[in-house]
Amino acid sequence: MSVRLRIIAAIKQIADEQKVKLPQLTDELTLHETGFDSLAFAILVARLEDDLGVDPFTLSEDVTFPNTIGDFIRAYENVPA
Amino acid sequence: MSPREVFALRDHLGTALTERTISDPRHAVTLAQLTTGSCLGGRAGELDGRSVLLATSGQLLAGFALIEIDGVARRMLLCPPDLKTEHLASIIADAEIDAIVTDEPERFSECAVNLSVPVGLPALSARMAQTTRATEWLMLTSGTSGVPKIVGHTLEGLCGAIIGDRPVPGDALPVWATFYDIRRYGGLQIFLRAIVGGGSMVLSDPGEALADHVARLNKCGVTHISGTPSHWRKLLMSGSAEQFAPRYVRLSGEIADQAVLDGLKQAFPRASIGHAYASTEAGVGFAVNDGLEGFPATLLGEGRGAVDMKVVDGSLRIRSRRAAHAYVGRAAAALTDGDGYVDTGDMVELRGERYYFVGRRNGVINVGGLKVHPEEIEAVINGHIEVRMSRAKSRRSPITGSIVVAEVVLTADADPARAEAVRNEILADCRARLAAHKVPAMIRFVPALDVTPAGKLARSDA
Repeated sequence: MSVRLRIIAAIKQIADEQKVKLPQLTDELTLHETGFDSLAFAILVARLEDDLGVDPFTLSEDVTFPNTIGDFIRAYENVPA
Repeated sequence: MSPREVFALRDHLGTALTERTISDPRHAVTLAQLTTGSCLGGRAGELDGRSVLLATSGQLLAGFALIEIDGVARRMLLCPPDLKTEHLASIIADAEIDAIVTDEPERFSECAVNLSVPVGLPALSARMAQTTRATEWLMLTSGTSGVPKIVGHTLEGLCGAIIGDRPVPGDALPVWATFYDIRRYGGLQIFLRAIVGGGSMVLSDPGEALADHVARLNKCGVTHISGTPSHWRKLLMSGSAEQFAPRYVRLSGEIADQAVLDGLKQAFPRASIGHAYASTEAGVGFAVNDGLEGFPATLLGEGRGAVDMKVVDGSLRIRSRRAAHAYVGRAAAALTDGDGYVDTGDMVELRGERYYFVGRRNGVINVGGLKVHPEEIEAVINGHIEVRMSRAKSRRSPITGSIVVAEVVLTADADPARAEAVRNEILADCRARLAAHKVPAMIRFVPALDVTPAGKLARSDA
């Protein structure tokens, strides 16, 4: 499964657990519009760190937190191997 | 003060001295041997008025020595087994130690203390120790970091919760045991109950496997036994409990949740099972024997008995003659507030008519500004029928600072194929009973969880 698909799957699972009704997940959707609160994002980032072995938001100090789903996914895709 | 007014341990050994023993895996010594012999080679008199560091390799020699030294030395500091060498110098200075009683003299060769008295098994001696004073008992706190604090007690205070329930003549004598080390407050309480209360004492040994320990408890006919909830969970997990039938089971030192109380009731259906609140500083607070977690709110208040209790800013405060009288040392903080209350740092919550322990004040995890005690999460997880023990802890998060994750040990008979289902059931329990930030973001199944030498669940992040 690609990084993108794993991220989407993790988002859907957390939405299910947190009883958040997700809109359709497009690259342009802002993270705010997902309905996730900071706790849900914190859980997402932690689970992705376990799944993908990387946390791009802790790795480098100058990484700003992304605005959209597309930015969020690219932050993971662009991490140097 | 004339010596006759002084309460020393040797004066309270009671009767049946030839039948009562103090034992470990290797030796059993009768109290009669202790009253006719010396474990200090007859040299107790040299410790008269001194501040003694009692530092033995095992509990047995410590038990003998403290009976012989009490009433002779000015002070006696009980060194727990895990005392770090780097803390030794400051503890010696703070407690004004001027004599060491040890079976490991090489360990203290660098210390600036010129009197060292060796300790061994008791041997007949013509020079028996005489009670000349009330010795101050010093114990160390079991905090996980930094230099332990030195806490000063009197024997009278330490025995304050030991009611004079000496065995009825003709009844079998009680045989006490504890998973604790007797050089810590919880273990010392049991040792004193055995000695002052007319029984025998079966000591634990860190090198002994749990199954062997339980076999020995059985062989020695142990009737009364105490430990932390972590100790008991380990016993329940091991399957060794099946061959053991104590009459009296006590838990202290950590929060006793309903799951461990129910587990013990099931394992020991004929035993009296209760939990007690005690700490090195506050002494024995109270015992709860109704089989339920928490304690009745009616225990709070003043003038109801030996112990006054109140809750301030969520933490339990205790004022009692069983409490320590001071922290000892050059820069020792005040032990009590202006009204004589010890702040235990144990946080409680009132639900209905009962208070429930929720955790340690300094163990709080901060999830994006919201606070959670790992213990309140563990209490929910441990309620699952297939869970034996668990540890909730903080995990760093770039978003909220921390999130909560949990490690879970399943019961011995749990079906590994059900792990995923159990995980979902635990999470459902947590969601039903806890606020969202308290629900573990991740649950990991582990074969075992570390327990500290003091018998408490190891919390690296607390």
